[in-house]
Amino acid sequence: MTAIDPTAHLTAEQIEELGRELDAIRDEVIAGRGEKDAAYIRKVISAQRKLELVSRGVLLFSFFPPAWLVGTAGLSVAKIMDNMEIGHNVLHGQWDWMRDPKIHSTTWDWDHVSPADQWKHSHNELHHTYTNVLGKDNDLGYGIMRVDEDQKWHPFHLGQPLWNFINACFFEYGIAAYDLELGKNLNKRRRKDPEFRARAKAVGRKIRKQVLKDYVIHPLLSGPSFLPTLAATFTANLVRNVWTHSVIMCGHFPEGVQVFERRSIKGETRGQWYLRQMMGSANISGSKAMHFMTGNLSHQIEHHLFPDLPSNRYAEVAVKVRALFDKYELEYVTGPLPKQVFSAWRKVFRLSLPNKKPKGTTPAREQELVAA
Amino acid sequence: MTSAALRSRAWKLLEMVTTPLLPSDYLDLVSPLRAGADLRGRIEAVHPETSDAATIVIRPGRGWRGHTAGQYVRIGVDVDGVRLWRAYSVTSPTNRQDGRVTITVKAIPDGKVSNHLVRRAKPGTLIQLDQATGDFVLPEAKPAKVLYLTAGSGITPVMGMLRDTEFNDVVMVHCAPQPQDVIFRNELHDLVADKKLQLTEVHTATDGMLDIARLDELVPDWAERETWACGPAGLLDAAEEHWSEYGMPERLHVERFRPSIVVAGDGGEVTFSVTGKTVDADGATPLLDVGEEAGVLMPSGCRMGICFGCVTPLKAGVVRDLRTGEITEAEPGVLIQTCVSAAAGPCDIER
Ligand code: FES
Repeated sequence: MTAIDPTAHLTAEQIEELGRELDAIRDEVIAGRGEKDAAYIRKVISAQRKLELVSRGVLLFSFFPPAWLVGTAGLSVAKIMDNMEIGHNVLHGQWDWMRDPKIHSTTWDWDHVSPADQWKHSHNELHHTYTNVLGKDNDLGYGIMRVDEDQKWHPFHLGQPLWNFINACFFEYGIAAYDLELGKNLNKRRRKDPEFRARAKAVGRKIRKQVLKDYVIHPLLSGPSFLPTLAATFTANLVRNVWTHSVIMCGHFPEGVQVFERRSIKGETRGQWYLRQMMGSANISGSKAMHFMTGNLSHQIEHHLFPDLPSNRYAEVAVKVRALFDKYELEYVTGPLPKQVFSAWRKVFRLSLPNKKPKGTTPAREQELVAA
Repeated sequence: MTSAALRSRAWKLLEMVTTPLLPSDYLDLVSPLRAGADLRGRIEAVHPETSDAATIVIRPGRGWRGHTAGQYVRIGVDVDGVRLWRAYSVTSPTNRQDGRVTITVKAIPDGKVSNHLVRRAKPGTLIQLDQATGDFVLPEAKPAKVLYLTAGSGITPVMGMLRDTEFNDVVMVHCAPQPQDVIFRNELHDLVADKKLQLTEVHTATDGMLDIARLDELVPDWAERETWACGPAGLLDAAEEHWSEYGMPERLHVERFRPSIVVAGDGGEVTFSVTGKTVDADGATPLLDVGEEAGVLMPSGCRMGICFGCVTPLKAGVVRDLRTGEITEAEPGVLIQTCVSAAAGPCDIER
């Protein structure tokens, strides 16, 4: 936690005014949602399916190295699209307004080992409601890392660069375990809880299906290309995992992003909630292709302000949001992907070591968003 | 193993290949109208009928089971990106050679779907279809004498009947504001010229609304006729009363297009149909709170409209989005976020 509250200069009225201005941005997009947006998501979904189909087709001949390369690259991109621009956003309800039962948060399933409903609970509900609140938002460090100097250091944290690396490689499994709250639920008593068992079973089912598909059926279909196809799907999953992990780390970990105390959100107003989202998120700058491949989570700040607006609108929203940051003299944390990834990793390393308790942080209210 | 069992095995295997998607998700990309797909149709042409009505020619998917003259079909159309469902009478005969079906749509003021279909629908567009249904149909045994009593777009199911089945003695009384508003007017006059139909047009802009008491004068033998009536509620109510009065309600068949117009207001009676609870709600309290207060188990999450953990089907009625003031009417498949929706009239929440 920074010792200085970067929002201290705002009065309570200003914060509420900021909230109203953000509401107005949101209303405008909602009023303008229409045919073009619907066509966009349909096009992306159909492109993803075709790309996956073609890539898997090419992999049937993956004993031939160029085919392996092309197929693996295609499948990696297809998996990233499925995960990011489509899965993450559909499951947020961003496209529910279309009333198309095939593209709806209640029916969608993704190529991911965490069942959609479990992910929706831990992500949409816990993470998005309690963004960056220590002890409430477990996305901060996923329960295995120390992400703020004020958190108590434990020798376990010495290993966190390694944990983070392993988590990156097997990110979807990490997410599934996290959605299951595996750490907490593995103790003897909780393990038996029927609700936990049902959820664990659902995860098991998804893992079985995905493993069967990626590592048995498709390789078998490839016949003589069995091993290369196996390697290709493994690689594609690895690429997807590392990519999404990197993108997601950039959302809340880079330097400059604020972390909040549990008590600071008591009685939070709408304006304060918005402000917390603004200060607790960070963007990635870059090209259109970059935004697309991150599922527009490169506009993490905008996404956190308006998690249910269609992702294709975040770019235009960002211009207006940024103007508000300027107006209210707040820091808009953004940068190119390598810089943000580096910044996040540096923090992971730095906080793996103990630090002096930051000076001057009396248990005062410096992190509270009630600035006035 | 039977071939059906074999096929289902093969399908299971295919599902393992495509998980978490289904094989049909991929097949839909290339062949959305194939047998076994969800029923859809493709708009092939749009023919204007009057200044505000058009006939839509639809090629239905392979799963289409056909219709009976007089029936209607529900279609799902994407208007401004939002899928909306409406029912329209089928106007094509059942034996149309090319397998297409037509519906004829009159644009009603502020009608989102009807205006879209009449003025903006493009050939090539995919729409969602349900199987044809409805019991506004002709009986198996042909009646000797028939009366069709219609007004406005109420002519559409009757046109489906006229085109489908010939009778020896058919009288039609049709009301429309002016001659140019009569849908299918040329075709009707051709039938008259061929002596297949006796037609009385009532032009309400000049003649005023049809007074059912005038029926004696327009169709002296109306009581001997099996009658099919379709049009606005006022006309149908009057007809039902008239036929009852003469003690022969069973000879009148009516089709009502819009059963009840919902009027959005502030609050209303909320029914939780699964739980079987009904409570009064004001127009400001989120339905999530209303339900919980009433002891209904309501799913929820953030309680602020961002997580979609509370979406629940709206079975009937109207709700208002507390953030935007937008009104949502119940339609099949409509889900609402209960944490940011309040009753805007009586409604039924599936919980
Ligand atoms: S409870 Fe989160 S959207 Fe309604």
